[in-house]
Amino acid sequence: MNSRSTGVTPPNGWRAFSVKKLAIKGGRIIDPNSGVDKKTDLIIQNGKIKGVGRLPDGWEGELIDAAGWVVCPGLFDMHVHLREPGYEYKETIQTGCIAAAVGGFTGVAPMPNTDPPIDNPGLVRFLRAQATGLPVEVHPIPAVTRGREGKILAELAELHDAGATAFSDDGSPVVSSGLMRRALEYTRMLNAVIIEHCEEPTLTNGGVMHEGRVSAALGLPGWPSIGEEIAVERNLRLVEFTGGRLHIAHVSTAGSVDLIRQAKARGLNVTAEATPHHLTLDCTALESYNPDFKVNPPLRTAEDVEALIEGLTDGTIDAIATDHAPHARDEKEVEFTEAPFGMIGLETALGVLLTRLVAEGRVSLTRMIEALTVAPRRILNLPQAAIEPGRPANLTMFDPDESWTVDRYRLHSRSQNTPYHGWELTGRARGVMGCGLAWLRQD
Amino acid sequence: MRQVRFNHLLGLAGVSREVITEILDSAEAFLEVLERPIPRVPSLRGVTVANLFFEPSTRTRISFELAEKRLSADVVNFSSIGSSMSKGETILDTARNIEAMKVDVVVIRHSAQGAPHFLAERINAAVINAGDGTHEHPTQALLDMLTLRHQVGRLEGLKVLILGDILHSRVARSNIWGLRTMGAEVTLCGPATLIPREVESLGVNVTHNLDEALAWCEVVNVLRLQLERQREGLIPSLREYQRSFGLTRERMERAGREIVVMHPGPINRGIEIDSDVADGPYSVILRQVTFGVAVRMAVLYLIAGGERVIE
Repeated sequence: MNSRSTGVTPPNGWRAFSVKKLAIKGGRIIDPNSGVDKKTDLIIQNGKIKGVGRLPDGWEGELIDAAGWVVCPGLFDMHVHLREPGYEYKETIQTGCIAAAVGGFTGVAPMPNTDPPIDNPGLVRFLRAQATGLPVEVHPIPAVTRGREGKILAELAELHDAGATAFSDDGSPVVSSGLMRRALEYTRMLNAVIIEHCEEPTLTNGGVMHEGRVSAALGLPGWPSIGEEIAVERNLRLVEFTGGRLHIAHVSTAGSVDLIRQAKARGLNVTAEATPHHLTLDCTALESYNPDFKVNPPLRTAEDVEALIEGLTDGTIDAIATDHAPHARDEKEVEFTEAPFGMIGLETALGVLLTRLVAEGRVSLTRMIEALTVAPRRILNLPQAAIEPGRPANLTMFDPDESWTVDRYRLHSRSQNTPYHGWELTGRARGVMGCGLAWLRQD
Repeated sequence: MRQVRFNHLLGLAGVSREVITEILDSAEAFLEVLERPIPRVPSLRGVTVANLFFEPSTRTRISFELAEKRLSADVVNFSSIGSSMSKGETILDTARNIEAMKVDVVVIRHSAQGAPHFLAERINAAVINAGDGTHEHPTQALLDMLTLRHQVGRLEGLKVLILGDILHSRVARSNIWGLRTMGAEVTLCGPATLIPREVESLGVNVTHNLDEALAWCEVVNVLRLQLERQREGLIPSLREYQRSFGLTRERMERAGREIVVMHPGPINRGIEIDSDVADGPYSVILRQVTFGVAVRMAVLYLIAGGERVIE
């Protein structure tokens, strides 16, 4: 195990920099916190931002030439599965955090569907400790219910005291409406948020893909849009009834976007996220029967993709999160119906979003950055990573013009189940600073 | 001399009219071979075919094996019931191992939709789908079309009714693709719980009234009803299914004219079709079985026969 002072060795092609005295020169600084968007320099001293503005002549310290790059608050992925403890063959906190850093993220929120499930403070602390020496902050999301069994509440107040600000049984929904009511009431008391995987299991039972034209042709069991929308509607009603706070994970249908938009108009305390894959892929991809496209909730129609993009633009969808869900190659390389649900996303998110949404003029660069930085930290009640003097250096640098090809075998996650293998992307992370460490890609 | 080349036969979705016609024309020639005293030709001499059956099957397996032997292919059979998960060896490993023994063609029957597509992407041998879960069963639809060409004389404009559990039927899907491509009109009839949503997008009509459908069609293709559909809550009872959708002699008489009756087998007599009808004068059910061998010979020949590179 590496000590805090030396840190974990960065992957091949990456180099750790000291944040003792460091300048970033000529980058385009975009910070949605302050509305800043300008080309200027940045000085870091002892891990903190010392100043924003033109670098004085005769700078004597480490210098990063960021000409052509964007420098923004560190990206935060509020929905990942890092599989530790229990499934270390798929991913570990360390491999997941390295993948996160390579993808430009300085913070991740791992979900509790591990073995054992994360439902007590000891496991929360264990997860954080496993990230020691990495430039990525790990903010675990413990289970809502004990053992993630959906029967009784986990000890949420104690977990809250241990630093948890959000709870979720993600991977599964909280099926019982009565229990969800109690969870929303109890967490209202803590000013915490419930993150819900919205799925009505009696409607999705056995479904492996979006139900509609394509499933009719492929003969695959359907997971209909209504299976998500009924759960969204139920949960919105419970938020209205309890005054609790709810965050809806991985929204996938146009109907859900509408429901959330109306709920926000009514003033409900609800937020939502969408994944890069639901924002860029549709269910026609399944015509290949490639298990790498099997995900829960499933890829929907082109109309749903449009509605999600619209929701992201108008703020109905607050945040973008990857739902990074690693599975070993031999688990995924089986018959489509047998393969587990899930895709990895940490290393492709930024490039996919820049290529498919920003470059095509669908979503502004600032909005994309906001949905990956300010929004998730706001939802999780975490301090913002503002680029202001005196604040800890927590930032991401990326080259929006760098072209690269996704190669599943050259990613840093322990698993290779990306749906974007072979895609040509434009835009890629160059470096991250966080947790008192700085990593930069050297090529 | 073959005119059309294709590497695999994974389904009839996306297969052109030209290719289907070529297969059916070739099958006619093989029908003639099957009538000879010694029904065997050397077309696939030196070609090795592996029949990988991961799901129980009698007639399809025997039909393929006969087709292969009558083309003089070397044949190996592998049967193992179950999926990658249940068997402890993935189908990919099974297929790669068999391929490593220098097999040219893999015929695969599997309970998982897309299993042949999955293998075709990952092994070098030609892959023929002998039925994949509830997806497709292309050689069944081809033999159905060959039977109809013989029986009625045309496919263009033919009115075909497919009756029963469309949702779970690979036979229905392959027939829909094939018949639509060949210019036939297709109507589906069955309980609403066994008709896929948005299936009209495949270019078919849907009705739940069997009498009306019979008054319209020239051909009815009756699908097998898996008895577990009742347990799954998709139909209230077999009795009610038979009452609404069973093909009985009374219904046939009510239609008042000749309707060609087909069934891919095996038959649940007295449920989806009465014995009177299945064994009746308009039934071509056993001819379908005979034509199945000829169609499979044609598919194997067009994929693996003809000119081969000698190394």
